[in-house]
Amino acid sequence: MAQNEHSAIATGEKEKHVAVHKFLIHHKGDQVGVATSDIKEGEKVIGVFMDDNSSIEVVANGDIPLGHKIALENLATNEPVLKYGVPIGLTTTEWQVGDYVHTHNIKTARW
Amino acid sequence: MDQQLLGFRRENGKVGVRNHVVILPVDDISNAACEAVANNVKGTLALPHAYGRLQYGEDLDLLFRTLIGTGSNPNVAAVVVIGIEENWTKKIADGIAETGKPVSYFYIERSGDLETVQKASREAKEYVQWASELQREPIELSDLTISIKCGESDTTTGMGSCPTVSQAVDRLVDAGATVFFGETSELTGGEHLIAERMATPELKDKFMAIYDDYVGEIESKGVDLLGSQPTQGNIAGGLSTIEEKALGNIAKTGTKNVIGVLEPAEAPTSGNGLYFMDTSSAAAECITLMAAAGAVIHFFPTGQGNIIGNPIEPVVKVTANPITAGTMSEHIDVDVQGLLSREMSLPEAGSSLMDYLYRVVNGRLTCAEALGHREFVMTKLYRSA
Repeated sequence: MAQNEHSAIATGEKEKHVAVHKFLIHHKGDQVGVATSDIKEGEKVIGVFMDDNSSIEVVANGDIPLGHKIALENLATNEPVLKYGVPIGLTTTEWQVGDYVHTHNIKTARW
Repeated sequence: MDQQLLGFRRENGKVGVRNHVVILPVDDISNAACEAVANNVKGTLALPHAYGRLQYGEDLDLLFRTLIGTGSNPNVAAVVVIGIEENWTKKIADGIAETGKPVSYFYIERSGDLETVQKASREAKEYVQWASELQREPIELSDLTISIKCGESDTTTGMGSCPTVSQAVDRLVDAGATVFFGETSELTGGEHLIAERMATPELKDKFMAIYDDYVGEIESKGVDLLGSQPTQGNIAGGLSTIEEKALGNIAKTGTKNVIGVLEPAEAPTSGNGLYFMDTSSAAAECITLMAAAGAVIHFFPTGQGNIIGNPIEPVVKVTANPITAGTMSEHIDVDVQGLLSREMSLPEAGSSLMDYLYRVVNGRLTCAEALGHREFVMTKLYRSA
């Protein structure tokens, strides 16, 4: 179980197991992570980079369902967004770290 | 892996993993006779479809290639072809007969459904009894042609089920097998990544011409893909853009060079390895084309839970989405949700899929087979005359 290594950065004395990651990131440098469990607004969550197993902590600014994305960088409008280390579209609004990312704030760069 | 693989080696040396006797309609109006034969003779498989009349040009060529290819697939032991008139019916039967397998054809004009069904049923009965005595024999991974295409994708597809298939694709290509991938328009956003993997500059040009043509055709209708790509299911699953979807899609294609670019339903002729085929991204159409090109097992990564099957090619479903694995478990052959929880490594997931492949080769029915999913759908290039 690779999760144990993250226990050290889990904070608080809550009974629940906060050590487990709640999102994954494909590549170092990606501006979005993907929730692997449902994330609640205000929750401080751990994400793990799939390429080097390093981890980060982010506070979610909204509810993020399993499979949906969380912002990892502040971005201005109309900036390219990386996932898999490749652009997946453009921001349509400003982003703050922890924002829920979906069709309301990112669009294809093709059309 | 030292498990033994057992398959059916056909007259032309190609290897299948199933032993179907197919009753193949040339056209829509011969479906009823085919289904009647399949009802009369247990163990046969009718393949009703919606087309075959007043097609022309490239669209007609594709119909013929798909029908002949389906009958020629090594998962098929013998074929009874039924059409309304003699010429096209004989053409399909002659094409299949080039494999050396038993084929008969019957046409309905001048005798009617009942007499045709009676004659065709007698032939089908002989084929079924003959096929029932064929034995599986030891085969190698290099004898196999595998197709891959994902569906009802979500972000878990790109994180889990597609990378799992990718592991298997690399292992299969290393072992000398043949693998098809396609979904032309769903490469949008990552088409450059596929282009870079083409083995020669000529293949790269051919691939980009096919890609540009497909997307250009969509744009020529005055629309873009935004209305349908990503699909509503994709968006519900968290995919926001076609680029994001495409990168997840491409994550299943492994890392090997692409040694050939195939027309829809075109059988490869450049030896074993990884091939791109120009196909729709609609699951039933895509898998029908790949089976017609000779694929004998399909790997189908899914996120939100596509339930697709094919009548002659077993479809293996792989998911990493824990909700889908829980709520649609009867459709999921290989569950790799451990990739999301990080309780499973990617090589472990790849091995679990390879283990399952061996079992399916050796006769285990996939979920789609057990549930009777037999989606057989022609790709139509343009409307009939």
